[in-house]
Formats: sequence, C-alpha cells, structure tokens
Amino acid sequence: MTYLPKPKFRHPAIEKNAIGLSHRDYEGTISTLCAGCGHDSISSAIMHACFELDLPPHRIAKLSGIGCSSKTPTYFLGNSHGFNSVHGRMPSVLTGANLANRDLIYLGVSGDGDSASIGFGQFAHSIRRGVNMVYIVANNGVYGLTKGQFSATSDKGAKLKKGAVNTDDPIDLVTMAIHLGATFVGRSFSGDKKQLVPLIKAAIDHKGPAFIDCISPCVAFNNHEGSTKSFDYVREHNEAINALDFISERAPITADYEPGQAQQVKLHDGTSILLRKINADYDVHDRVAAINYLMSHDVAGEIPTGLVYLEDDPGDMHDRLNTVDRPLNELGDADLVPGSAALSKINAGLR
Amino acid sequence: MAIESVNDFVVRFANVNGSGSASANALFARAVMRMGVPIATRNIFPSNIQGLPTWFEVRVCEQGWLGARGGTDFMVAMNPQTWDKDVASIEYGGYLFYDCSRPIPASKFREDLTVIGVPLTEICNREYQDSRQRQLMKNIMGLGALSAVLDMDNEVIRTLLAEQFKGKQKLIDANHHALAIGRDWALANLQCPIGLRVKTANGVGDRIYVEGNAAASLGAVYGGATVCAWYPLTPSTSLAEGFTSYCKRLRGEPDTGKNKYAIVQCEDELASIGVVIGAGWNGARAFTATSGPGISLMQEFLGLAYFAEIPAVLFNVQRGGPSTGMPTRTQQSDILACAYASHGDTKHVLLFPRDPGEAFEFGALAFDLADRLQTPVFVMLDLEIGMNSHLTKPFEWDDSRKLDRGKVMTAADLDSGRDFGRYLDVDGDGIPFRTYPGTHPSRGSFFTRGTTRDAYARYTEEGGPYVENMQRLIRKFETAKHYVPLPVLDKAAEPARFGVLHYGSTGAPMDEAIDMLRKQGIHLDVLRVRGFPFSREVDEFIAAHERVFVVEQNRDAQLRTLLMTENGASPDRLVSVLHYDGSPVTARFIARAIADLVAKMSPAKEGALS
Repeated sequence: MTYLPKPKFRHPAIEKNAIGLSHRDYEGTISTLCAGCGHDSISSAIMHACFELDLPPHRIAKLSGIGCSSKTPTYFLGNSHGFNSVHGRMPSVLTGANLANRDLIYLGVSGDGDSASIGFGQFAHSIRRGVNMVYIVANNGVYGLTKGQFSATSDKGAKLKKGAVNTDDPIDLVTMAIHLGATFVGRSFSGDKKQLVPLIKAAIDHKGPAFIDCISPCVAFNNHEGSTKSFDYVREHNEAINALDFISERAPITADYEPGQAQQVKLHDGTSILLRKINADYDVHDRVAAINYLMSHDVAGEIPTGLVYLEDDPGDMHDRLNTVDRPLNELGDADLVPGSAALSKINAGLR
Repeated sequence: MAIESVNDFVVRFANVNGSGSASANALFARAVMRMGVPIATRNIFPSNIQGLPTWFEVRVCEQGWLGARGGTDFMVAMNPQTWDKDVASIEYGGYLFYDCSRPIPASKFREDLTVIGVPLTEICNREYQDSRQRQLMKNIMGLGALSAVLDMDNEVIRTLLAEQFKGKQKLIDANHHALAIGRDWALANLQCPIGLRVKTANGVGDRIYVEGNAAASLGAVYGGATVCAWYPLTPSTSLAEGFTSYCKRLRGEPDTGKNKYAIVQCEDELASIGVVIGAGWNGARAFTATSGPGISLMQEFLGLAYFAEIPAVLFNVQRGGPSTGMPTRTQQSDILACAYASHGDTKHVLLFPRDPGEAFEFGALAFDLADRLQTPVFVMLDLEIGMNSHLTKPFEWDDSRKLDRGKVMTAADLDSGRDFGRYLDVDGDGIPFRTYPGTHPSRGSFFTRGTTRDAYARYTEEGGPYVENMQRLIRKFETAKHYVPLPVLDKAAEPARFGVLHYGSTGAPMDEAIDMLRKQGIHLDVLRVRGFPFSREVDEFIAAHERVFVVEQNRDAQLRTLLMTENGASPDRLVSVLHYDGSPVTARFIARAIADLVAKMSPAKEGALS
C-alpha cells in the first residue's frame, strides 16, 4: 500500500495566507517517488505557488497521464479533484474537463515520455486548440517507471547509465509549444525554486495555454556523468534569460534595476509579473525571435530558462467556441431541453 | 407480362455520384409520401465523392413494410457505367426508364422489359444554355416524366418544389417549368400510365421522414448533451453535423448570442473519447459519434471509463468490418467489440434502436443511463438506420420529464456529514456516489485513476479491495438491467414452437418476414431486444421456445454469443440466421432462411436433430 496520509498535527503559529490556509492545506499524501527526485521539487513549487496566490485548492483540477511525473498530483493539493488518466492522454481529458466547467483552474502534469512520445499528438492539439491550462512537463529525458530507457527529449549523444548512447534527435517541447500557439511558454529547472515558483504563478494567472518545460533530473536513472539532464549538467549549462517576480498590481517597480532591465507585464486579472531581464535584448513578446534564440542556444549547448514567450490577452478555447459564461455543467433542464413545442415544429418540417 | 401494381413496387435510380440527382430523387420519394403512400428509401453509395456509381432505391408500399424488399421493378438507368448490371437486375416483366438522346443498341435491352425512353439531354440542351443548369434541370425534367408514367399527382410535386425554394420565386418558376416540360413530353409521347401506379392513399398518417443520425443527434440535444467531441468517420459524420445544426437552432443563449454547448472536432478518436471522459468526469453530458474503426481506437479509454466509472455516451454507427472493411455498407458487427470493449474484465451497456424514432428516444435516454450508471453507454446504430431517411413515428417529448443526473453529492450533502466514498456501495445497487470537481473546500475530493483503489478512492494493490470492487461492478451491471429499454414481444396468433430474436435495423424487414411466414403457415413469436445487459424477459423467451432463431447482420453471430455467455442460453436452442454482405437484410432473405430451417426441424426429422 503506497497511500500514506500525513499526520494532521499543525503548529498553532503556522503561516497562513489571505484565505486562512497554511502550506499544509496545499499538501497531498506522502510522495512515493525516489528520495531526491526532481519531480518532488516541482510538486513543492506548485504548492507554494497556489499558497502564495491564495487559491482555494478545491477550485483547481489536477490532471495527469501515466509515468513518474503523472503520479505527482497525488502528492500535492489533497483537496483538489485529481485525475490520473491514461498514458499520453491527459491533454484530451483536461480539454473535456475544461469544456465542462470553465471556472476551475486546470493543472496538467505530464512527463517527457507522456508528452513527447505517446502523447505528442495530444500535447500539440490541446495547445493549438487554446485550452486555458497550465501544462507542466517534468522533463528528465528518461523512462523512470520502466527503469531507465531513453525518452524522446533525450539529447543526441546522451548516455544511459548502462552506457547506451542516444542516436536520435531530441524533441524540444518549448520550441514546439511556441510554434503550436501556446501563449505562455517557460522553461525552468526543478532545482531552481526561485525561478520556478513565480513562473508557475504567472502561468496560473495566464488565460490561455500556458506551457512549462521543467527539467527535472531522475536521480535513479539519469543523473550520471554523460547525462544531459543531470543536476550537474543542467546547473552548468543553465542560461537564464530573465528572472520573474510575481506582483500584485499596486506593487511599485522597485528601483533596484537599471533602466530597460525591468519590464512589468500585466496579466488578465490585473496582477502582473515583473521581468528582470538578464539578457537585455530578449523580447518576451517576439515569437519568431524566441524560436531563433532557443535554436541558436541549443546549438551552443546552452539551456535557456525563464519566461520564453508571452502573448498578452490571447483568449482561450471557450472564446473561440463562444460558449456561455456559466459552466456547461451547471446548465439545467430549462437551458438544455428545448421541450415538446420545439419538437412539434421539427416534426412538421419532416413531413 | 409486364408487372402490374398499384402502390406496391420498387423504383431504383442508378446515378453517377456528384451529378446532383440526389435532390430530385428525394423529391420523388417525398411526393409519394405526400400522396399518403408509405415509402422506404435507401442510398447505395461508394466510398467516393465524385464519379462512381450510386443508387437510390424507393420502395413504394401501401401496406407499410419499411425494410428493403430486394429486387427492382422500375429502373431509372442514368449511369452508362452500370447499365448492364442495372438492366440485368430488374425483375421479370419490369420497367426500364432511360435517357434516349443517344441510341443504345438493341442487344443492351431485355425483351421482357417495358422500355421507356425520354430524350432528356436533347430537350435539356434545347431548353438551357448553362451546363450546370442543364444537369440540374434534367433531373427535374426526368422527375416530371416519371410522375406522368406513374400517374402521380402533379400538384404534390409542385407544392414540394415551392416549399423547397420558399422565398425564391425565380427558382420555383424555373423548377416548375422543367417539371412541366418533362411531364408534358411524357404525356404526349408515351403510354401513360404504365402498369405501375402511385395512387393517393392514407397510409402515412402523422409519421415523419428522417435520417437516423439526425434523429440521434436531436436525441442528444434533448438528453442534455453539452459537449460533443468527434472525428470525421463514415457513416457517423452526419450525427455530429446534425448535433451542430440542431444546437445552432435550439441551444443559443438569447441575451448573449452565446452557445449552451461545445463541439470539438478532435485530432483523432482517442482524443474524442478523452474529451468526452474529461467532460463526463466534470459533470457535463458528453458524447462522441463514431463507427467501428473509432471504437477500436478508443479501447483503452473505454476501460478507464468503465473502471473509474465515468459517464460517457457513444453513438456507434456501425459499418462493414473488420479493418476499413466496407465503409459505406451496413452491418451489426461491433456488438462484441462494444459489449466487452478494452482489456481486462469489462462489460458495457448497449442500446439497440430500430429506426430513427428510437434513435431519438435512446439518444436522449443514453445520457440519463450514463449518469445513473456512471459508465459508458453505447447507442448501436448502423449505416442502414443512420444514413438513410426512414418513415418513423413523430418525435415526442414529455415536458414533465427531468434529466436524471444520477448519484451526485452536493456541497450541502457533504456538509451534512454524509460519508463519501467514491467507490462505496451505500445502496446495494453497486452504484456509488460521486462529486463534481470544485464542489466543496474540504470534503468530497477524490483522485480518479485507472489503477486499483479502495472504496474511498485510495490507491491500493491489495487483492481484497480489488475483488470487492470488481464484484460491485458486476452488481452495478445487474442494476443496469432495470434501466435499459425492455425487449418488445410480438406473440403469434397461435401457440408457437419457435421464436425469433432480433435487434436494431433488422426490425423493419422482420415485421414483413413474419407476415410472409404466417401466410405460409409458420407462426413465430418474436422478441426484439433493445438493450444489453439482457433482462429477465429475454431468458424467459428463450426458455419458452424449442428453438429461437437469432437474426443478425454479422458473420459470427455476435448477439447469440452474448446470449450464451452472459445469460447461459443453450447453444442448441439458438439457431443463427445471418446476413452480412453489407446490404441491409431483406424480408425475403429472412423468410426464406427461416422457412428452410423450419422445414428441416419438422416433426418427421426432429429425431435426427436432437
């Protein structure tokens, strides 16, 4: 039995957020992943982000596919409904859930096997369909639950623990996501909580398909010399393009930055993110430049991280479908059933 | 001898796909119907958009038999490509109607046929300059000539044309003109009427004429469906399209112009069923429309929906299988693939409508059943029902009827302290309570998964809770027997040794076959199965007869397998009558097959059989 509840004891002086919840209220059951797994850091970042945004956990739906990454939704937000679906199919299930109730926050958690291989099609189509969601891929370049095979995001030339060398080209989900029409695209590293938490917060506040590729080393199968997804390798090649501070609208831009180095980006609900540019020339709103930047840095062997691309106020699937403002799952008989009078008219037209 | 018949014959139009003949052909059918004579119409078409042969068959039948009869009495041969076969297929003493603008060698005709040549192209070329107009008006002109030789009411056709082009007087006038040219030419140059005639009758009543797919999609509207996720696949496509057009008409929000529905054309059938399951999990009524190949693709997700207990509705418009099979032909060959969809031990609820009327009724009912039973429900249509228009009883709706959302706990229920276990059987019917996501800040959340879990949705791999859960699913399936539509029993006037069991689109030809057999002195009790799991009535029916003929439109006697496997029916009692060449089964086929079997089972030979 791998379901392990946590003790309910809480210290009376525990920190609470604006809706009176403590960090403990955002937790799930105890993780059964390997000690030191990058995925647990992502779970922790999600819990922090939701706590800091004062979100009621039950208004979040967390969905996943199959694999180590997809197990994580059990380990955070215990008061949210969760759905661990089938391999590679989280995006369609999330799309359906979102259609049924546009008022919830949809958090899709997937892995590189789940999204870049079996689920590559669903990844692509959920993004191009404009589903309002936060889609996080915990990317470790390896199949963990089946004990260490290459995944489709493994770099060419990367070595497995047992020595096998990957001969296939990798899929870069960040480039793909931008290309497919994601309106918020970021990449981060599970070992960089300072970057990851504000990125998740901003992604949650973004209305539209938000995609975060989070490199998350697999301590059991992909953290050795020769791996390009190990803690050491990623730390060494991480090239942050910007740093984010998530701020409420009234917070002033602090004077700590050189002119032109800080950019305040408004999000749809009035909050905003403060982008501290590390690369002064990088324009987060330029889609073409973003893809160029990613590809040229990839050639140089660097891993750009941060907020890579952002489109302001893009709208979502519901806007495109022109669905009513009320969630479809709240519509009652009077809304849905046209009644016998309408049917008589239809009958008359068929004679 | 030329065939002589009033209101009882089969007309077949042989056309080229894409030539615009469909509308004139349908007009002919509707004119007969407006004259009060029942019709049964069928499209026979290839997997092609333009150029290949298509046929449209109209059975004119005052007695009201709506199944395919087989054979053609009157052939409208407009396709040179299929001329030889078309001519050969006409019944002895039948009629051949053709465009005689170009001479056809005498060897291409049959001596027993009455040949009716109308120089349609010639008249048309004289009358019209524009080539598209020539083509369209030729069809209407042909209809005019046809109406004359069959002695049809000209005013009825004129009225139909006026309705069709309502508000476009120029078009109405043009069509009326073309109709008159054809009709007048025939009256002046041909012997009118011929031995076949349509005479005004009173056999249609208040019935409507509609395609099964359109009817099923309207059922989905009335069943409260708000999410439709689909992928184009013949013969199911027009079901999703029907839902789209009915929703546009019936489901707008007047104040805002926004939609009380969402329709997503997905990237494939996997995504379609995924969207349906996601929406069903989140409390919306959702469906997909597909056919056999789509069902094959959806298998993994269907197992998830069964095991995680998520409502979903699937309209399976069956076509000829396996594989790509016969995409534009009809079969009932997905019964087992749907009943046991997915790996592991699964069982699914199936509904078997017989015509568009029941497609509407079951189309709406399926959503109540899916919510009540928290499981996928399959509405088993086929191409014969789905893509052909049929005469059917008018759609009815009881305005006091309420959508049954099944067992859903609200925030108030959770606050009252009621114990919530997502997979906890509190009522003994195997159906647990569920909650919609977002219901309550601290109660009622659970984790949905395809892995095993206990009654409180907690992950476990222990054998005890697993077996308990699987047994509960069996209890739930037993409960389903009380919710699926009951079978319809039609008892013979005299005590019958033999029974017939059938389902779906076999219904219409079966009615006629039973009548044909009765006239031969063979009396049969008939049970039409309308749902799976099978209810007690089905067991009783089988037990009450020495032999039961199970008539199906597949090779492997799939429903018979279900009857034996699920209800323990004895294989000796169940005698298969199977038709699976892709054409709809006919009354003639059924009656002949059963008469042969009955003859073999006559008392003199009974010893040999038992």
